[in-house]
Amino acid sequence: MSAATDAVIPRILKTHEAELLEEWLREQLSAFRVGAKIFESELRSQSREFLNLLQQATQGGNVGDVQGPSYGRVRDMLGDISRSRSLQGFSPSETATFVFSLKRPLFARIRKELATDAESLATVTWTATELLDRLGLYTTEVYQKSREEVITRQQQELLELSTPVVKLWDGILALPMIGTLDSARTQVVMESLLQRIVETGADIAIIDITGVPTVDTLTAQHLIKTITAARLMGADCIISGIRPQIAQTIVHLGVDLGAVITKATLADAFRRALDMTGQRERVLKSRA
Amino acid sequence: MDRIPILKLRGLLLVSIQVDMHDRLAMQLQDELTQKISETGARGVLIDISSLDIVDSFIGRMIANIAAMARVLDAETVVVGMQPAVAITLVELGLNLPGVRTALNVDKGMAMLESATRDLEDLPDADARHKE
Repeated sequence: MSAATDAVIPRILKTHEAELLEEWLREQLSAFRVGAKIFESELRSQSREFLNLLQQATQGGNVGDVQGPSYGRVRDMLGDISRSRSLQGFSPSETATFVFSLKRPLFARIRKELATDAESLATVTWTATELLDRLGLYTTEVYQKSREEVITRQQQELLELSTPVVKLWDGILALPMIGTLDSARTQVVMESLLQRIVETGADIAIIDITGVPTVDTLTAQHLIKTITAARLMGADCIISGIRPQIAQTIVHLGVDLGAVITKATLADAFRRALDMTGQRERVLKSRA
Repeated sequence: MDRIPILKLRGLLLVSIQVDMHDRLAMQLQDELTQKISETGARGVLIDISSLDIVDSFIGRMIANIAAMARVLDAETVVVGMQPAVAITLVELGLNLPGVRTALNVDKGMAMLESATRDLEDLPDADARHKE
């Protein structure tokens, strides 16, 4: 590509900045219902800034090199826009349209500029297409990445929320389990339970599985491991909240819960725990 | 050379493992503890492993073995203060230490041993004590 055709895009961006901005804005406004999600004034300032940065970036002469250092600020700005749009609930195509809708006004300018020279027109149009495609793809990438970050954070929060270990009474902990138990969760459950046993010096931990929809061999094995580990540390475990369905499954699977105390409800388990720690009398007295 | 001290406290033996357990040390502890139990006629052994934060399968087995040997020599054994990480490791290794008594800390282990050994002593003359 010759230097002459290379300079066309920066020149157009510089000389026709105002017209480009207006036409581009019109394109964007027709592309989606702007009023619903974003204000026109905000869109205008974003577009103006982008054109400005793009002009600076292409000024150096390397129009196609989107990953290069001269595009650093353009990339930063596009990244910010994509991130904020993904958080605002824009779809990926709506986000990418921001860049792609610049094509029509820009191409129109190029055509007007190089009307007489078909060869250069094709070259420059191709360069512009490549440039805008890359920038558009970049916005999509950032969009997706920020979505993934949100999902990862939510997973982490869910994991922490779903495994609370609560102290019921002196020396009695309860662990209400909710949701399906997979290996990663069971590991967290086991660790947090054992850690709390150390911290509180609890003698008894009640594992309540009322909120666990299904129990399979793996889940049962995890439960048994947790109970064994607690026993090794010197704390006893009671399982409560076993539903009829789950009781049937456990027996059908041949899981041996023989050594484990099981109770139908958390209340029963708590009563048993009070008995075991010799605190029942005290509790009854305090209620009277 | 590290040594694990074995302390005699009333009728009980107190073993507190404060150093990194390695294989030779575990073997040595096994020898000395069995020796000491038969020497002193202790009725209870308390093994404190609260400072132990790494175990492998060998050490896990040694702990189980030592506890089993002590029981054969007619001494109740309580393992106290196991760290969560150690407990998880032992479970994952499939070492459930069946038959070994456990307690959260030395205090609770001591209470457990005392009640266990007192029960034994009390059996013949429980009635006599009631009359006093």
